[in-house]
Amino acid sequence: MAALPPEKLLPDAQPSYMASWIYVFGVLSLVSLVLIIASGSILTLKGPGWWHFTSVGHFFNSIHLWSVELFFFFLVIHLWGKYWMAAWRGGRARVWMTGAVAFIVAVPCALTGYVSQQNFDAQWISTQAKDGLNAAGVGAFFNVTNFGQMYSYHVLLLPLAVVALVAAHILLVRKHGIVPPFELAPRASAAGLETEGRPVAREDHGSGNGARHGSGTESHPVAESGSPRPGRTT
Amino acid sequence: MSRASRRRDDERYRQWTGTYRPYDILREATIALGVVLALVIGLTILFSSPDDPPSTIKQWSHTDPVDFVTTATTELDGSSGTGGYGPPYNHNGDGQHIAFVYPAKWLGVSHPIDTARDFVLAPLQSITTQPALRTALSTYQAAPAKTQAAWTTAYEAALGKASATPSGSISVAAGHYGPLPTMMASLLTLAQGGGLDGALLTGRQFYQTDYTKPLLFMADGSVLANRAQAQHLLGTQWGMMNETGSYPGQSWLWLYTFWYQIKPFSTSANADVLVMGVMGVLSLAFILIPFLPGVRDLPRRIPIYKLIWREHYRTQQAVGPPV
Repeated sequence: MAALPPEKLLPDAQPSYMASWIYVFGVLSLVSLVLIIASGSILTLKGPGWWHFTSVGHFFNSIHLWSVELFFFFLVIHLWGKYWMAAWRGGRARVWMTGAVAFIVAVPCALTGYVSQQNFDAQWISTQAKDGLNAAGVGAFFNVTNFGQMYSYHVLLLPLAVVALVAAHILLVRKHGIVPPFELAPRASAAGLETEGRPVAREDHGSGNGARHGSGTESHPVAESGSPRPGRTT
Repeated sequence: MSRASRRRDDERYRQWTGTYRPYDILREATIALGVVLALVIGLTILFSSPDDPPSTIKQWSHTDPVDFVTTATTELDGSSGTGGYGPPYNHNGDGQHIAFVYPAKWLGVSHPIDTARDFVLAPLQSITTQPALRTALSTYQAAPAKTQAAWTTAYEAALGKASATPSGSISVAAGHYGPLPTMMASLLTLAQGGGLDGALLTGRQFYQTDYTKPLLFMADGSVLANRAQAQHLLGTQWGMMNETGSYPGQSWLWLYTFWYQIKPFSTSANADVLVMGVMGVLSLAFILIPFLPGVRDLPRRIPIYKLIWREHYRTQQAVGPPV
């Protein structure tokens, strides 16, 4: 808790460099996960066969499916964005690693959903997926043709793992802050900068503006309210 | 980049010391939730979700009785895909391997299946009202293995030219098949009545959720593959990452499926374990990118970051390479 005081968990300011649409894909992934869990919980409450025979059940199954599709879509863009930012810089390797593992664990989480559908897709995907899993030895304890086992993995074990990893990821993001941009070498040209190797970001934003150390919110300089874009998080 | 310079670099980016802007995290989360919910509901209304009914053995045995009987015969002599699969189903093979690494063999037979007993003989033995079948079963089980093999081999060859009759049975040329025609006629009748679907599911207890046996039996035939081919779901069609209809399916499995499309994987008898091995290594590398020289340095060398932070750099008015 000492590392994550309330003002870090729920900040009221964000670094000025976060003025890019790429930052919305983290939160879009997160709310997609919320919708997956909500729609999945409704499906779970009614049982695995409900959605085949009622239009309401089929509607919620479709909500679940498209939430999953959007979750992976947003997550992949989020991951690519973070890769090109080299978001592991500045002691943030664990932030990257928890995100990567969350993505990897989400894949079998989705697979167990596909093989729990009780339709032809489930039959085909399970009989195809079994060969890779069996060949790797995983099939000994993860039998994709066993509906009961896959359903348990899908509604409890793997979602728990994904949520735990995502929670750890977010807490690490809040603890370490969003990775700052690469500092650029000054171009002694039109801008007429005389930074001579001094970090550009500090030169422009830090000096004379109460530069702070740390990512809390209590003492940092806040840009004027007329900033060009609304704030976004990861 | 040397270790010392990397350490300095790491320290430089540890904390942001520049300006901040006002930010309302709850407002952002609420807006994001609203946007994604609207998208999801819109996609649901427009496209719904696929739900093609599952295949059943009853349906299969009606629509393609020759394929059903052919598959059942290969289950009886152990020449089916499941019959020679090896672990985790039986000991009739070592499973796939990479050099001396045999993961499936090392983990053993966890879901034992004797295809002759489980898929053919046991279901037939549950029929107690057909004296001719009881005799045929006794004859088959009392025969030497060599004789059994001769019967099944001859029968499988004849089934290649067999045809279905209007009544749903099959017409096979006369030959030396021993008791097989009687056994298979009874199994076909049992399947067409829906009894085999239940027989393969019923185990030691009333409640069942394990569909391994009926799924493997159907997968040994062509009933699933024919439907999959019609829906462009075969392995050569990028397979299980797709879904029935025109839905995106598990597009995130594209890399896994990709390896099956190219050599040496596409022609290897150990393709599955090789692909899993490659994906395991790549997954580990993906997690460890922050520590992998070269891969971790690409973002610095390819200036996509200038697009991402263009407003920040515009403010900075500096466009040189990263320091």
